[in-house]
Amino acid sequence: MEKNINVTLKIWRQASPKVKGEFISYKMDNVPTDSSFLEMLDVLNERLLKERKEPVEFDHDCREGICGMCSLYINGHPHGKDGGTTTCQLHMRRFSNGETIVIEPFRSAAFPVIKDLRVDRSAFDKIIQSGGYVSVNTGGAQDGNAIPISKIDADEAMDAASCIGCGACVATCKNGSAMLFVAAKVSQLSLLPQGKVERAARAKAMVSKMDELGFGNCTNTGSCEAECPKSISISHIARLNREYLNAKFTD
Amino acid sequence: MWLIDSSIGRKLIMSITGVFLVLFLIFHGTMNFVVLFSADAYNAIAAFLGANWYALVGTKMLAIGFVVHIIYAIYLSYQNKKARGAVGYNVTSSQKSVEWTSQNMLVLGVIVVGFMVLHLIQFWSKMQWVELSHKMGLETSGDLALATDGAYWVKHYFENPIYSILYIVWLVALWLHLTHGIWSAMQTLGTSSNIWLPRIKVISNVLSTVIILLFISIPVYFLLGFNI
Ligand code: HEM
Ligand code: FES
Repeated sequence: MEKNINVTLKIWRQASPKVKGEFISYKMDNVPTDSSFLEMLDVLNERLLKERKEPVEFDHDCREGICGMCSLYINGHPHGKDGGTTTCQLHMRRFSNGETIVIEPFRSAAFPVIKDLRVDRSAFDKIIQSGGYVSVNTGGAQDGNAIPISKIDADEAMDAASCIGCGACVATCKNGSAMLFVAAKVSQLSLLPQGKVERAARAKAMVSKMDELGFGNCTNTGSCEAECPKSISISHIARLNREYLNAKFTD
Repeated sequence: MWLIDSSIGRKLIMSITGVFLVLFLIFHGTMNFVVLFSADAYNAIAAFLGANWYALVGTKMLAIGFVVHIIYAIYLSYQNKKARGAVGYNVTSSQKSVEWTSQNMLVLGVIVVGFMVLHLIQFWSKMQWVELSHKMGLETSGDLALATDGAYWVKHYFENPIYSILYIVWLVALWLHLTHGIWSAMQTLGTSSNIWLPRIKVISNVLSTVIILLFISIPVYFLLGFNI
């Protein structure tokens, strides 16, 4: 049922990467509870533009939970308190009248703030470039059933592949570790026959890129799994550990 | 060297030293438990170990394991703090499934080390150290006759309820460290999967509880007014 609520937003504003940022409060009156969180921010930005002020910068693209572009640390949680949803899928009905909502950028040494709530997550792209692919010969497409894959492996690979690379795992991790992301990407490929050829090289390359970019050491707190909008399991991290240790010991 | 340079390599060292320390605790706890039943049997074990070569080799390996675990713990924690970035969050909040212990392993470890110093002064310096000094012909004020009388020292300290309580505090911190540590080590070593993840958590809780019960039974026994 639709109703309207009044909320106060406490938003991190930072003009550029190097300058000091600060929190600024904005009062939002009569926000329909059926509107999404990002629509509510759109309304704020329209108001700021009318007032000839700088709008709040935040990342978004698909707005349907598949691209991984939206971020935001809302009241102490990446993508808000609800598990299994992205910020773009979060709705104002999850907030109460009179509530103060604190909105911060995803933070981590490897994710520097670009402006306001936008952070640079290209570190993830660099990790993917280092090994998150399979090399295949071009030519005619193979028959779909030529390579049998067990249902269990297919399911696990599919679960891992649901990672949208948003960076919530890094943002919430007290160690700033990217292990859940890297584990999902490594799992998704190494579980399938097409990805097995390069599995040892891949695990080594992606982990070493991850370390080089300044992500932390995983201590298995499980915060990543709990906050992941796609509920990716930390059992993939165990698989990454296995893949990496196997690769190193067979060197 | 990947055991220093790579995050998973560092975690491997953390977990292997951790598991090694757990194995030691199982041995030490079982041995201590004997004192509740027979002071003589306990002293026989103490005499058997004493400052004999195998006990000294064991002590050295243990010391190395401890030092490596601690150095890596500090190094890891320092890197992790740096990886978090210079600016912290204004509001932080954890989901329910996140164990408090997993976020406080270093703090718990520091508590464990702190009490360990007390423990070494109270027992090790009166026992193995005295015997060793004698063997090496060093001057020592320690009494050689008491160096293998472990039961005497247990009685000596635990009859004082303050020490009993201090040891209980220590053991609770260690218990918390282990409930997370044991499954974390298995996860790090890769022995985890969708099926095994819940299982290793159970193994971790059961094993750490058994270990701590072996140790804690002694101060509790004394606190309840019994004596050996
Ligand atoms: C009897 C003593 C100890 C035992 C049996 C023990 C055991 C363990 C185990 C099994 C782990 C898990 C390793 C892994 O996750 O791969 C661990 C982790 C850890 N320990 Fe210890 N530890 C002991 C003492 C200490 C001390 C003295 C410190 C610090 C001063 C310490 C700090 C840490 C830290 C920071 C971690 C990392 C957390 C993690 O990886 O989950 N520990 N310990
Ligand atoms: S905007 Fe695409 S996932 Fe949220």
